[in-house]
Amino acid sequence: MTEIERHSYDVVVIGAGGAGLRAAIEARLQGKKTAIISKSLFGKAHTVMAEGGAAAAMGNVNANDNWMVHFRDTMRGGKFMNSWRMAELHAKEAPERIWELELWGALFDRTKEGKISQRNFGGHEYPRLAHVGDRTGLELIRTAQQKIVALQQEDHAEHGDYEANLKVWAETTVTRLLKDADGKICGVFGYVRETGKFVVFEAPAVVLATGGIGKAFKVTSNSWEYTGDGHALALLAGGTLLNMEFVQFHPTGMVWPPSVKGILVTESVRGDRGVLRNSEGDRFMFDYIPEVFKEQYATSPEEGDRWYDDPDNNKRPPELLPRDEVARAINSEVKAGRGSPHGGVFLTVVDRMPGGAAEIVKRLPSMYHQFKELADVDITKEAMEVGPTCHYVMGGVEVDPDTGAALVPGLFAAGEVSGGMHGSNRLGGNSLSDLLVFGRRAGLGASEYVDGLEARPAVPEDVVAAATTEALAPFEREDGENPYAVHAELQQTMNTLVGIIRKEGELEEAIAALGKLRERVANVGVDPVAVGDGGRGYHPGWHLALDLRNMLLVSEAVAKAALERQESRGGHTRDDHPGMSAEWRKINLVCSLAGDPSAPHVELRRQPLTPMRTDLLELFENDELKKYLTAEELPGGPAGEAETGEAEADEAEAAAGSGATAAGAAENEEGDR
Amino acid sequence: MSYEAKFKVWRGDDGDGELTDYTVEVNEGEVVLDIIHRLQATQAPDLAVRWNCKAGKCGSCSAEVNGMPRLLCMTRMSTFEPDETVTVTPVRTFPVIRDLVTDVSYNYQKAREIPSFDPGDAKPGELRMQQVDVERSQEFRKCIECFLCQNVCHVIRDHDENKEEYAGPRFLMRIGELEMHPADQADRRNIAQDDHGLGFCNITKCCTEVCPEHIKITDNALIPMKERVVGRKYDPVVWLGSKLGIVKKGQDTPSA
Ligand SMILES: Cc1cc2nc3c(=O)[nH]c(=O)nc-3n(C[C@H](O)[C@H](O)[C@H](O)COP(=O)(O)OP(=O)(O)OC[C@H]3O[C@@H](n4cnc5c(N)ncnc54)[C@H](O)[C@@H]3O)c2cc1C
Ligand code: SF4
Ligand code: SF4
Ligand code: FES
Repeated sequence: MTEIERHSYDVVVIGAGGAGLRAAIEARLQGKKTAIISKSLFGKAHTVMAEGGAAAAMGNVNANDNWMVHFRDTMRGGKFMNSWRMAELHAKEAPERIWELELWGALFDRTKEGKISQRNFGGHEYPRLAHVGDRTGLELIRTAQQKIVALQQEDHAEHGDYEANLKVWAETTVTRLLKDADGKICGVFGYVRETGKFVVFEAPAVVLATGGIGKAFKVTSNSWEYTGDGHALALLAGGTLLNMEFVQFHPTGMVWPPSVKGILVTESVRGDRGVLRNSEGDRFMFDYIPEVFKEQYATSPEEGDRWYDDPDNNKRPPELLPRDEVARAINSEVKAGRGSPHGGVFLTVVDRMPGGAAEIVKRLPSMYHQFKELADVDITKEAMEVGPTCHYVMGGVEVDPDTGAALVPGLFAAGEVSGGMHGSNRLGGNSLSDLLVFGRRAGLGASEYVDGLEARPAVPEDVVAAATTEALAPFEREDGENPYAVHAELQQTMNTLVGIIRKEGELEEAIAALGKLRERVANVGVDPVAVGDGGRGYHPGWHLALDLRNMLLVSEAVAKAALERQESRGGHTRDDHPGMSAEWRKINLVCSLAGDPSAPHVELRRQPLTPMRTDLLELFENDELKKYLTAEELPGGPAGEAETGEAEADEAEAAAGSGATAAGAAENEEGDR
Repeated sequence: MSYEAKFKVWRGDDGDGELTDYTVEVNEGEVVLDIIHRLQATQAPDLAVRWNCKAGKCGSCSAEVNGMPRLLCMTRMSTFEPDETVTVTPVRTFPVIRDLVTDVSYNYQKAREIPSFDPGDAKPGELRMQQVDVERSQEFRKCIECFLCQNVCHVIRDHDENKEEYAGPRFLMRIGELEMHPADQADRRNIAQDDHGLGFCNITKCCTEVCPEHIKITDNALIPMKERVVGRKYDPVVWLGSKLGIVKKGQDTPSA
């Protein structure tokens, strides 16, 4: 029999990025015995790659900034499909979370008064991103990592054991969430990558903080960790995913050389005066300002350029439109034959900064380094070539905004893996602050859930046996297919058929192709290696074979939701339905699994969006709301009140059947009114 | 513009192993990690390598290429001649787990022994620090923990016996970072010397040379720390710190 190690915790956090670390810190501060599980080494999670900054309305650079302005920007960026409650909590709590990091040792760049400096970013009305050069994610991870070490030192002083209450399981992968007979979370199953040894972590509460899904696409800024594990684990455990069609393609990824295609070129390049040009030398973004944003953006390059120094009297340049707009514009330019030699457009900072080349190196050190080392391009002298790259998934686990609770009792989610906060499109900088705000809330939510339990759920033996069999399956298949080949084809399918611009016919083709890939995924095989338990020691082929299940499930969810939503909004552009529809805005698409549990498929359900609380709605001008909402939804509109009431009733009904999430949201709404 | 390159890759586990020969396709613009991945995808699906970001940001992919400690994802193939054999081996200072993956737990152990940041009783949002004052520690916080400096430092490279008493450049620099942090209240000078082995370092600068983040570890962290330890009181930052009303506590902080 396969040997299985067992450990017991109060809270298990899957993921050691910003969200996971913040959740674990909170759970430990609440006195819970906590484990952090991570596929990579401690301190290396994908969050280290974040560059530009963390958005928080501290008002250090422009005192007009406050949570209401941030809230409005977030809702606009998400095209009003955000969970408004999450956007509200985020805007209100982000400053506290940033200041807290400072007390844990973070060293942000400073203003002249010695406060935390804040930089401009697309879609943010004021300079709002706390940053450290262009390595803000590293600062966030390192600070949280060092806070965890500080807590471990406290535990060492008290119990003589650093890991008495908080342990990091690095290079360990979770393959299943475990539930007891009542359907409650009772633990997780995974393997230690180094040895291939199986481990069961018994725990009544689990926080998913596994990040995104980018590795399902061929051109992506995301790292290997982004195989959609958390999204898939939640589905497999009976949870739901919200609006998976919304995938953000960042406008500026490297396009050359081929091996680095997709690597991110931070938006700070544009925030710091960088401009986009086509092969004819035009600043083409001026031709792509959409109607809804006409009032906020400059109409001439001269005005745009004045804005950097005098933002109060000028409008911002359209290079700083929300990401979806810029990505689509670049796509159109390339299609129209005005692209750069390697199929992108030009992004340049040459002669754009008062301090010349030295200032470029100072402000954008990682970008300077990245282009110099990887593309042999000196960005102080030459333009960069850039094009869209799959960057972020707005869709994710459906959660209660206040506690991060998913539909499955005992399951929580925070960070990129959760859905709702960013609506149809995330603003730059809103992720890092999201990780902190909702990481903390999920850690708290999980701790309170554990406190409220009468008995700890036990782990049934048969679920452990099933998880073991599933994990071993790739070794059992004679003549199984090479997992790398299957992965390459999956990525190609998603990139070409479910990419930045979508069409009905192509999406149908994608769904059919994914159906065929499903059979191939079920038939990948690997051979044992010389070391570890059963030849499973540090076995990358086996790891990929297991990750494929997850990538396939999330790909299906994205493709099916993309086919269903017949409009274009944020990170979902339908060539055959180019407009934004106020009717569709009212609909959340919810994915769950159905069918034979051994070969489940993704099923979609339409669920009404909870109407925004009146006091929040009143933060907007009616003229602006008209662009997004139906006439009935507008505040003060004759039919407005009645309609809202009805929609709420619908929501409550849906909630009655589905437990914690929706019910929690509806309750909060009542309470806050 | 592709060619077939000759590679020698170390395969094996802690007990034993050997250099294995491969011939593998190389395309324009690729880095060594791309070639290792191509080997995985086509010839050696079980070849173990640690990586994550593939953009020089996470510090996972440290190894030795033709004997030079490097990040695999930031080593361009164009730096080698097409007929040159490229030899890839795991970093030497840490025990091999398998193939190119080593056990770097020593580093995490050392990190835990350094007393953490201590802001005194500062309140959230209250800290005021000038850019010039934070820049010194910011340089050290660029560290991506690739541990290449640890790998190359001769104090432990072939001297396992020193590992117990020596934190290595990365973590001596961490002590320096906290020392120079304008808001930190603790004094770590004595423990740097007594508990973490600052005295072992004889400023050869090998660590600085391999740092992919180009941090001046020796000049900006280790030498200033040595100066502080021997009690040279004149240091611009301490001086500035006292001007700003941020005074170090003065008593020693014990190791954690
Ligand atoms: C290049 C780049 C730049 C960015 N810049 C910015 C920016 O400037 N500002 C901003 O706000 N956002 C930015 N983002 C987005 C932001 O970085 C991410 O959305 C965010 O870091 C996600 O954090 P997370 O905590 O949700 O997950 P991550 O940091 O991705 O962590 C996921 C964790 O889950 C673990 N994990 C996953 N699956 C499993 C499993 N099965 N078992 C065990 N562990 C698992 C991983 O090992 C990892 O530890 C950027 C993203 C990229 C790619
Ligand atoms: S300068 Fe000091 S720490 Fe750096 S390699 Fe030399 S001896 Fe080691
Ligand atoms: S100081 Fe430089 S070489 Fe050393 S671990 Fe940090 S980044 Fe790597
Ligand atoms: S893979 Fe992250 S530094 Fe090389």
